[in-house]
Amino acid sequence: MIRRRMLDGLALAGLIAWAGLWLVPLLWTVAVAFRPPDAALTAETLWYGGGLSLDNFKEAWDAVPFAQYYVNTLLIVGGILIVQLITVTLAGYAFARRPLPGREGLFLVLLTQILIPTGALLIPNYATIRALNLYDTRLAVMLPFFASAFGTFLMRQTFRQVPIDLDDAARLDGANWLQTLRHVYLPGARPALVAFALVSTIFHWNDFFWPLIVLNSDAKLPLTVGLAKFTQMGESGAQWSLITAGTLLVIAPLLVLFLIFQRQFVDSMLKSGLK
Amino acid sequence: MAETTVPARPAGRAQAAQPSRLRATFRDSANYLLILPTLLGILAFTLWPLIAGVWNSLFLQNQAHLHPQFAGLENYARLVNDPVFGQVLGNTLLYTLGTVPASIGIALVLALLLNRRLRGVGWLRSAFFYPTMMPMVSVATVWLFMYSPQVGLVNATLQALHLGSPNWLGDDRLVLPALMVLGIWKQSGYLMIFYLAGLQSLPKEVYEAAALDGAGPWQTLRRITWPLLSGTTLFVATIAIAGAFQTTDQIFIMTDGGPNNASDLLLYHIYLTAFRFGDLGLAQAGTVVLLAMLLVVTTANLVFGGRRAYYEDAR
Amino acid sequence: MKRIMMLGLLVVALLMTGCGTDTPTATPASGGPSTPAAGGGGATATTAASSGGPATEVSFYYPVAVGGPISKILQGYADKFNAANPDVHVTPVFAGGYNDVLTKIQTALQGGGNPPELAVMLSTDMQTLIDADMISPFDDFINSSADGKALIDDIYPAFLRNSQQDGHTYGIPFQRSTPVLYYNKDLFKAAGLDPEHGPATWDDLVAYGKQLTKRDSNGNVTTWGLEIPSDGFPYWLFQGFAIANGQNVLGDAPNKVRFNDPSTVAALQFFADLSQKDQIEPPGVVIWNNTPTDFEAGKVAMVYHTTGSLTTILQKSKFPVGVSFLPKKQQYGAPTGGGNFYIFKKTDPAKQKAAWRFVQFMTSPEQAAQWSIDTGYIAIRKSAYDVPAMKDYVVKVPQALVARDQLQYAEKELTAHNSTQIQHILGTAIQAAITGKSPPQAALDDAQKQADQLLSQFSK
Repeated sequence: MIRRRMLDGLALAGLIAWAGLWLVPLLWTVAVAFRPPDAALTAETLWYGGGLSLDNFKEAWDAVPFAQYYVNTLLIVGGILIVQLITVTLAGYAFARRPLPGREGLFLVLLTQILIPTGALLIPNYATIRALNLYDTRLAVMLPFFASAFGTFLMRQTFRQVPIDLDDAARLDGANWLQTLRHVYLPGARPALVAFALVSTIFHWNDFFWPLIVLNSDAKLPLTVGLAKFTQMGESGAQWSLITAGTLLVIAPLLVLFLIFQRQFVDSMLKSGLK
Repeated sequence: MAETTVPARPAGRAQAAQPSRLRATFRDSANYLLILPTLLGILAFTLWPLIAGVWNSLFLQNQAHLHPQFAGLENYARLVNDPVFGQVLGNTLLYTLGTVPASIGIALVLALLLNRRLRGVGWLRSAFFYPTMMPMVSVATVWLFMYSPQVGLVNATLQALHLGSPNWLGDDRLVLPALMVLGIWKQSGYLMIFYLAGLQSLPKEVYEAAALDGAGPWQTLRRITWPLLSGTTLFVATIAIAGAFQTTDQIFIMTDGGPNNASDLLLYHIYLTAFRFGDLGLAQAGTVVLLAMLLVVTTANLVFGGRRAYYEDAR
Repeated sequence: MKRIMMLGLLVVALLMTGCGTDTPTATPASGGPSTPAAGGGGATATTAASSGGPATEVSFYYPVAVGGPISKILQGYADKFNAANPDVHVTPVFAGGYNDVLTKIQTALQGGGNPPELAVMLSTDMQTLIDADMISPFDDFINSSADGKALIDDIYPAFLRNSQQDGHTYGIPFQRSTPVLYYNKDLFKAAGLDPEHGPATWDDLVAYGKQLTKRDSNGNVTTWGLEIPSDGFPYWLFQGFAIANGQNVLGDAPNKVRFNDPSTVAALQFFADLSQKDQIEPPGVVIWNNTPTDFEAGKVAMVYHTTGSLTTILQKSKFPVGVSFLPKKQQYGAPTGGGNFYIFKKTDPAKQKAAWRFVQFMTSPEQAAQWSIDTGYIAIRKSAYDVPAMKDYVVKVPQALVARDQLQYAEKELTAHNSTQIQHILGTAIQAAITGKSPPQAALDDAQKQADQLLSQFSK
């Protein structure tokens, strides 16, 4: 009995140490970013050296237009999310509860987007964007993601949980499809929508290569591409304290939101019944 | 909802009154409108690029041929005769083999250990999940610094332990493992969530029965948990494989494919071909190869894994 | 759900109005295709909105920032020019690393997006730009003004080699450099070496390196004698070795290269031996970005790096820093490096003229001197070193003259058709030799073969 307790305690200690290891990269980034710009990086001053200072953040903020990058990221992520929420709700509803002759074929079409990740289609999609004359627009960054097969399947799954009698009852009351959707199906779908929104936001906030390829002007870059450019500044060697400060500026929002809402984040992803 | 004066109809979907066929067809086609945006999107950005990519790969379009010139399978011939491309394919497979099983394994172990109502378990879970919240480019920047041979954290720690100071990103034998460690660290927490969800939906009765029968923890894991989770494992493996094949961000930041093409992975190589070397036709051919490989591996995964998957009854 | 939608739309709408003021061309998210003028550049032609007057707008792409507040420096220069020339408005735009700018060229090559009016790009991009018919020569501008002719005569000839072709001047040098050897004077003294002179020959390099490399009781190295970066663009520093041993790696035409001459193979062998045989360098590929940091931290006594890093290295090193030529073998030798100004063909003639005026300003002796002082790049013209500010500067910072003095031994940087890929091929061979994957002869033979195949598509 005691042995079991001891083993449990040991396991827990091990787990905590393991978690600590996982946290090291973030902790070290913070440790380096908050030191004065010229502080040395030596074995002795690995975790702390030269005092604390916010100068790196100031310099980073001035070096590249982070504010503009933030705005662009918000525009892109928000734009994608709003359109996605509409398309997956409508399509999910149609697949769940509307007669659709030939739906098997349509399923296959949806399936292709799940089987073929958009990343692999970088070059052909880039060619399409150029042909549509949408190069160097934020719309180009968003366009390929407006349709989401994953979201459609998720919503279809969710809507099918709604008892069909409720649908019929609403119809009897004279509700049209939109009203039925709004009042019968959507209320229960909130967890799934939230989970989907979280996944979509995280993915697109962190997306780098696609915006890198289709954007050109500095004024339109999202945070990820802006940070990469910032990292490459400096033919004369990496200024690590400056770069880590810039990195923190980029990851801070999502990370802080995550810290505050971590329970909800994790719970909603768990409960959404992703299978 | 206000009561409307509609002639009484029997309950159920069948209608007693006979609407005209036209009305029914009209309503059906209206249903198609609901899925139209989604279908259009997928047609435009998944199916069309597939076809266009294959078509464009048959053309020479590069710095020596500024206007596309039909060349049949010449781009593919060039790929076959390019030793670097072969190396790139090998790198990609190695990277996938090195990251996917390990990430899944760690994710499963973490989920098993963290699937309990412990005080602060939320914090522990977050400690593993947080890398998902950060863009790979920022993570890669930090790890580039960490791997820095003289001033980085990794070697500083190794030196303190008198274990030497390897040149992680500058040694063509170490660079791929170094990237693998980063990849595993980044995605294990994300995969863990799926396993947690899976574990929490497992029927408790089976475990109670097993406990009554005196099954030890290892047996329970092997005989009950693992098979029950096979659906999740399949899902997670698919995600991980697709992710491995699309690895680009960290290469861009950390190694640019080097040293000596040792960390050049397929999608990144395609990017270099198109945007650095200006050879769009060759890049399209490379894309076709990538898609073919992805299809093969994903299908194998589905077939092999799917056969052993055990699904709960659909509700 | 509808409420969320409305809220979302409201937020997006607010954001769109908010961000529009930032730059003249911030295209709203829902906007259609970018207007033609807005294509590849930053600011554009048409808007009178920002300047409030009919000034000719010139957008000016610059690539790499040489560490430090380069954006501020260049903006300062642009402001000075704009103030003195109210009928022109120049906007500098940081366009990313050299590779990023090249990507933008490739993109424009494939027919989309307009280039900016003026850009600084690598001198080695010149051939690619000519092949793509993208740039205009400066000839007419040069010949039509006395200043122009004086400029060309005054520019150091070494820089003109990557800027002129077939009798035309396609690029005007701007941020030019050569590699130099930086060394830690304190560590030299501690090792019993003369702190006022760097290693003069290849043999000196190895001997010094051995004395400067320090190991602890377990045999692990605590201080390296030497670091020569070999990632990124390894061909550049390697050219120093090749030229010093007698033969540059370029052929006599843009479709020819000489990678496997015996003297070049020997040069690569020497380079690889530094880490493998002599063990004065860390094994494997050394990373360009880490090298100055390692040097400033005192972890390595000698490094090869661009003179463009001079200012930053002097600022951050807490010990006296010496700078010397790359060591010689048959002769001293170094490649030139850095970027030129280019003007683009598809640009309206009035804007080209305006761009030229800005180029003249930036290459005037005073401005060229200032740029050199601010960064460490070599001032591109001889008379810049007579400017009073520069004369004062070189008294305080005599290291700044080393790269300029090395120019007499400097030769053309590797360029050819399909330049990037050619450079990549040579770079891979160098890395293969350095990591010990492949002996120098085999690696360079292979590189020569690949390069020949690639260049065979071009007739001259």
